[in-house]
Amino acid sequence: MGTAPLIELLDVVKTYVMGDVEVHALRGVSLSVQQGEFTAIMGASGSGKSTLMNIVGCLDRPTSGRYLLDGAEVSRLSTEKLAEVRNRTIGFVFQSFNLLSRTDALENVELPLLYAGVGTAERHRRATEALGRVGLADRVHHHPNQMSGGQQQRVAIARALVSQPRVILADEPTGNLDSQTSVEVMALFQQLGRAGITVVLVTHEPDIAQYASRVVVMRDGKVLSDTRQEPRVARAPAPEPAGIPAGGGR
Amino acid sequence: MSFLQTLRVAVRALARNKLRSFLTTLGMVIGVSAVIAMVAIGDGAKARVEAAFAAMGSNMLIVLPGTSTSGGAMGGFGTMPTLTWDDLRAIQTEVATVRAAAAQLRASAQVLSEDQNWTTSVLGTSPEYFQIRNWPADRGSLFTQADVDGGTKVVAIGQTVADKLFGPNANPLGQVVRVKNVPFVVTSVLAKKGQSQWGQDYDDLVVVPISTFQQKIQGGLKNYIAGSIAVSATGPEATARAETQIRGLLRDRHRLQQGTDDDFSIRNLSEIASAQQEGTRTLTTLLAAIAAVSLLVGGIGIMNIMLVSVTERTREIGLRMAVGAKPGDILLQFLVEALALAVAGGLIGVCLGLAGAWRLATSFGWEVLYRPDIVLVAVIFSGVVGVAFGLYPAHKASRLDPIQALRFE
Repeated sequence: MGTAPLIELLDVVKTYVMGDVEVHALRGVSLSVQQGEFTAIMGASGSGKSTLMNIVGCLDRPTSGRYLLDGAEVSRLSTEKLAEVRNRTIGFVFQSFNLLSRTDALENVELPLLYAGVGTAERHRRATEALGRVGLADRVHHHPNQMSGGQQQRVAIARALVSQPRVILADEPTGNLDSQTSVEVMALFQQLGRAGITVVLVTHEPDIAQYASRVVVMRDGKVLSDTRQEPRVARAPAPEPAGIPAGGGR
Repeated sequence: MSFLQTLRVAVRALARNKLRSFLTTLGMVIGVSAVIAMVAIGDGAKARVEAAFAAMGSNMLIVLPGTSTSGGAMGGFGTMPTLTWDDLRAIQTEVATVRAAAAQLRASAQVLSEDQNWTTSVLGTSPEYFQIRNWPADRGSLFTQADVDGGTKVVAIGQTVADKLFGPNANPLGQVVRVKNVPFVVTSVLAKKGQSQWGQDYDDLVVVPISTFQQKIQGGLKNYIAGSIAVSATGPEATARAETQIRGLLRDRHRLQQGTDDDFSIRNLSEIASAQQEGTRTLTTLLAAIAAVSLLVGGIGIMNIMLVSVTERTREIGLRMAVGAKPGDILLQFLVEALALAVAGGLIGVCLGLAGAWRLATSFGWEVLYRPDIVLVAVIFSGVVGVAFGLYPAHKASRLDPIQALRFE
């Protein structure tokens, strides 16, 4: 890939029309993210960070401006094409996990492969491998309601990983987790970054943003600041409950 | 995603809400089982009417001679002999759609056994008659053309006559009965035919060779037939053609000018039969209409639940779209769910319908007829209902915006 950025937004504008009121969610955002970067996007609610996330995640199209993902223009693709791009290139992690209930971990992780048309045996193999990568090899047949929040989020990360995406988009992934499991999840993301996967994280918690190598702050639909930093090292999933720096006041 | 996988996902989703899925299919179950039971019973009734008419004779026409006019009073069909033996032979040999034809001469006479007597109808005819009326012997053997040629004094007696003269359990074969003081040997007892649609007892008669009839019971009219001609056409669809052809033939032979009335008349019994069938068909149609309405209601039930399901699973739909499901995948998934519900309902309905028809049949003594084609039609139709009523909810699901759907609480 050389120096070409994996994600390149050029003067992206997003305007919603609600009745006769125009809402300017993004007012010209330009942003480049290199492969393997771990970027945190911060901002108050209404700052446009969710809209930015949706556009980066190919769930939405910009009103104007360009979006190059891995060198290809995706801002004007059809709904079907966008679904394909999401399936191949992007993995999602949500605040509320969004696992299918009454469905075991393995099948939850297999879901993206189902839409990619991967055969049953291969699906099982890759999903098992992805669950192993997030440390849940022994929870393959557990259902979401039999797992803790942290485990559920790790299943969700395995689901995001299973299609071998270039980018993982995490929208407040630690919002429903206690501080210790939050650190574990961040450790997992740092590990993915080292493996060359680009991680874009939306959060409003500065503690969480510390673990990223770059922090982009949004305000009123524009990039307020964009700073690179030495990421705080999250300790890999710790066996001992104590001794982990408590984050935030939560 | 392959269809098989879609089906698995759909069945999995339905299995998550077993009670609800079951209740939803109930509409289809009732509709389909109603159709199946109604059609089975309706067809049974139709078959029974058909059997009754088959008992009368297969594809039977009756040619009656013309009317007599004396002093301005017209005597009805059959009062004046206009049909000749040559006419009969012409019908037998010249009309392609005629399978068999036989003259039938009738007289009412007292028949005596050793110790009993019974007044019944005596029929003189040829062996073709038994073929025309589908009337085999229950015991003994029917008289043959040789008997007609030789004028032998043998008689085939109906079941009723056998009962009256010899009692229900006796064996009349070989016994002698007297008709108009002429002794006849009973060579066969005819199979029981039962009653006609109008209550006439088919089994209350004795049949003798036509030559014997003319010699011993009622003298003939030389060239003319003092009775009627029974004709059987080659098939059910040939009766109308046979009627036209016989009419043409007889008018020709009787040298009737155009514009003059026939001096004979032809009764087409299959027309009466089809009128009867029309009645049962109307009934079946009515029942089918009721069943169709209940299927419609079942379909609406499916649509209702699918709409609820789409709303309930909005987040799931959003997630599936986020990980790469195309609108078409979502559409197909919900369509297949509706289809699976409807077809499952249809299949259960078929089983219940067949069982119900069987139950009714055994408790009321009705006749039922199971038709595999109707079963197939019912299952296919329930599938069509599922797709038709599942389309709107599925379309709605496929049009969801993944962002909104993921945020849905």
